[in-house]
Amino acid sequence: MRPLIAEPRYPQAPGAGAAKLALKPAAAARPPRRSVAPTRLSFRLERLWLTPVVRVVTRVGVPVFCVTLGLGLWLGNDDRRADLIEWSQDLRMQIENRPEFQLSTLAIEGASPEVEGAVHALLPVRLPASRFALDLDGYRAAILRLDAVKTVALVVQPGGTLSVRVTEREPVILWRTALGLQMLDESGHRTASLTRRDARPDLPLIAGEGADQAVPEALAILAAAKPILPRARGLIRIGERRWDIVLDNDRRILLPEKDPVQAIDRALALNAAEDLLSRDFSRLDLRNATRPTIRLSAPALVALQQAAAQTTSGASR
Amino acid sequence: MTEFHKTQRAMRTMRTTAMARGVIALLDIGTSKVSCLVLRFENPEAANDVVTPLFQQSAMRVIGAKTIASQGVRYGEIDAMAETERAIRTAVQAAQKMANTRVDHVIACFAGGDPRSYGLAGEVDVAGSHVEEQDVARVLAACDMPDIGWGREVLHAHPVNFALDHRSGLSDPRGHVGAKLATDMHMLTVDAASVQNIITCIRRCDLELAGIASSAYVAGLSALVEDEQELGAACIDMGGGATGVSIFLKKHMIFADTVRMGGDTVTRDISAGLQVPMALAERIKTFHGGVHATGMDDREMIELSANSGDWEKDRRQISRTELIGIMRPRVEEILEEVRASLDVAGFDLLPSQQIVLTGGASQIPGLDMLAAKILGQNVRLGRPMRVQGMPEAMRGPGFAAMVGLALFAACPQDEWWDFEIPLERMGGRSFKRAIRWFRDNW
Repeated sequence: MRPLIAEPRYPQAPGAGAAKLALKPAAAARPPRRSVAPTRLSFRLERLWLTPVVRVVTRVGVPVFCVTLGLGLWLGNDDRRADLIEWSQDLRMQIENRPEFQLSTLAIEGASPEVEGAVHALLPVRLPASRFALDLDGYRAAILRLDAVKTVALVVQPGGTLSVRVTEREPVILWRTALGLQMLDESGHRTASLTRRDARPDLPLIAGEGADQAVPEALAILAAAKPILPRARGLIRIGERRWDIVLDNDRRILLPEKDPVQAIDRALALNAAEDLLSRDFSRLDLRNATRPTIRLSAPALVALQQAAAQTTSGASR
Repeated sequence: MTEFHKTQRAMRTMRTTAMARGVIALLDIGTSKVSCLVLRFENPEAANDVVTPLFQQSAMRVIGAKTIASQGVRYGEIDAMAETERAIRTAVQAAQKMANTRVDHVIACFAGGDPRSYGLAGEVDVAGSHVEEQDVARVLAACDMPDIGWGREVLHAHPVNFALDHRSGLSDPRGHVGAKLATDMHMLTVDAASVQNIITCIRRCDLELAGIASSAYVAGLSALVEDEQELGAACIDMGGGATGVSIFLKKHMIFADTVRMGGDTVTRDISAGLQVPMALAERIKTFHGGVHATGMDDREMIELSANSGDWEKDRRQISRTELIGIMRPRVEEILEEVRASLDVAGFDLLPSQQIVLTGGASQIPGLDMLAAKILGQNVRLGRPMRVQGMPEAMRGPGFAAMVGLALFAACPQDEWWDFEIPLERMGGRSFKRAIRWFRDNW
């Protein structure tokens, strides 16, 4: 006897598995797969397609040719070309004039009122304007060309603000030339002109041709000569190589070309020891470090000679 | 014969062209399957200390392969041209697609055409003191042509041996000093119509035929190892419709024959004996076939499912012993025929009598034991050697002819038409003769 779990001897009744049976004939009737032979045409076409030249021509040559031909034909007409240029310019204008690219205000930081006015005046366009209408590099170069401006940073900030951050030059010294008084910064660059010396009494004065080239040296000399500054009127550049300190009563201290600061120190030491500067002299020559020389003023020379004569006569007595 | 001779020369030229281009297709037109390989020839890898490069295989690589069920081929010959052409087209197209390149040149092999072997001998006096190319050409021309019969063509003609005076066994006599040059040549002729059919089929596929070979020969090239080829061995290529026999000695084929029975004959016997369709017969032969019945096989039952509608017929079962009982007589008959063929060839006289079974039908379990009883003790099953890039499914013994064809394409043995034409036979080509005369005299 067959076990109860064995497969049924006969197929199920039609009612029970109708759906299954309905599918079965189609699956069973499918013939075994055979490789379907390609037609001769498809065989030839595929061989043609596998030819390298044909592949390259079809994939590259034909598209390039079609696009070039189409563009050439379309652009052959003058009106169409003009239309295309006009349309492209129009599109460009539209994009440039979008509110996102509008500059409405100019914010200047760190500038004195005169420089601020100049920066305003240098702006090539009238605000509000498009960002593309403003040549930021040119504007920046123009601002930098101002003598009073050391550095400048232009930043277009969101919200249409053009922020100009200016660092001004700090005047540290006055330079008197034949043309007038100039204010120089620590590197010797001109910052502004002055009409009167009285306007900036706090700044020391230098003169002479090429004096602006040696401003750092002048500042060092001035710093070293601080004790005698109340008696000094200024520095003069001689022959574009060395400095003279001009004291009141047209007295001068001639500084060497090399190590002027040490020479001043020596002069100050002499002054402290022998009260040199209160003597009556016209030139104190420190150019030769081993032999400081003094030129006396004319009355002092006379007085010296008289005193020498008295001393001599007294001694002879 | 002269026409086909020219054709062979032309095919050699085409093969050289294809090698220069680097891509060639191989086509095995068999009774049960048509396979196509696309080979790419590369520079052989350089020798190193670890691996010596294989002589021929390293220079080529399989880049496309396709095997399809054959249509319109019987006994290794084309039976229905249109169907065979379609099968070739399908195989070539798929292989081309896999290789992603176009192939123009095809080397084909086939099993049928009733190949017959002839041994030829020729002897001439050497013209100068040394043997030159012209002497070789003349000795080859001096071979007496046997009567190969009407409508037959020479498929292969290998100079197997050269003898100079009393020295025999020269493979290359050029440059030797001697007076009398003799040669032994093996010639294989096939039915001209079957070759013409193949040529026509391939031409109709827009392909150029760059060579044609007998599958018995190329199966021997791939299934026999080198020392077997050297010392003497027979390769039995059991295909679908025909069983090829080729005997190799001194690395040359010296005999080839075909038995017009094969795996398909066995399948037909099963189909007739069990009253089942051919497809099912092929299936149960492949899954359950054998040639040695044991007690276990009585209990191993094979379902013969069918959908005839008759429940009794659809639910038959046979034991494996019955199946073996059908298969074994036919396999024995095939092997007996092979035995007869080997006897005709004088296989007993060879120094080594190795027998190598290959081909798709050689995969029947127990065949080597049966063959040892009929053919001799030295029987082994042969598999083709490996070729780079060959798909794993095509590494079985059924593809021995295919691999041998690849070797044939890469490095063919010299055939008659590869040698120079003797001066006397150049005939009207006076300009060439003049050039030759100038070259020889200055």
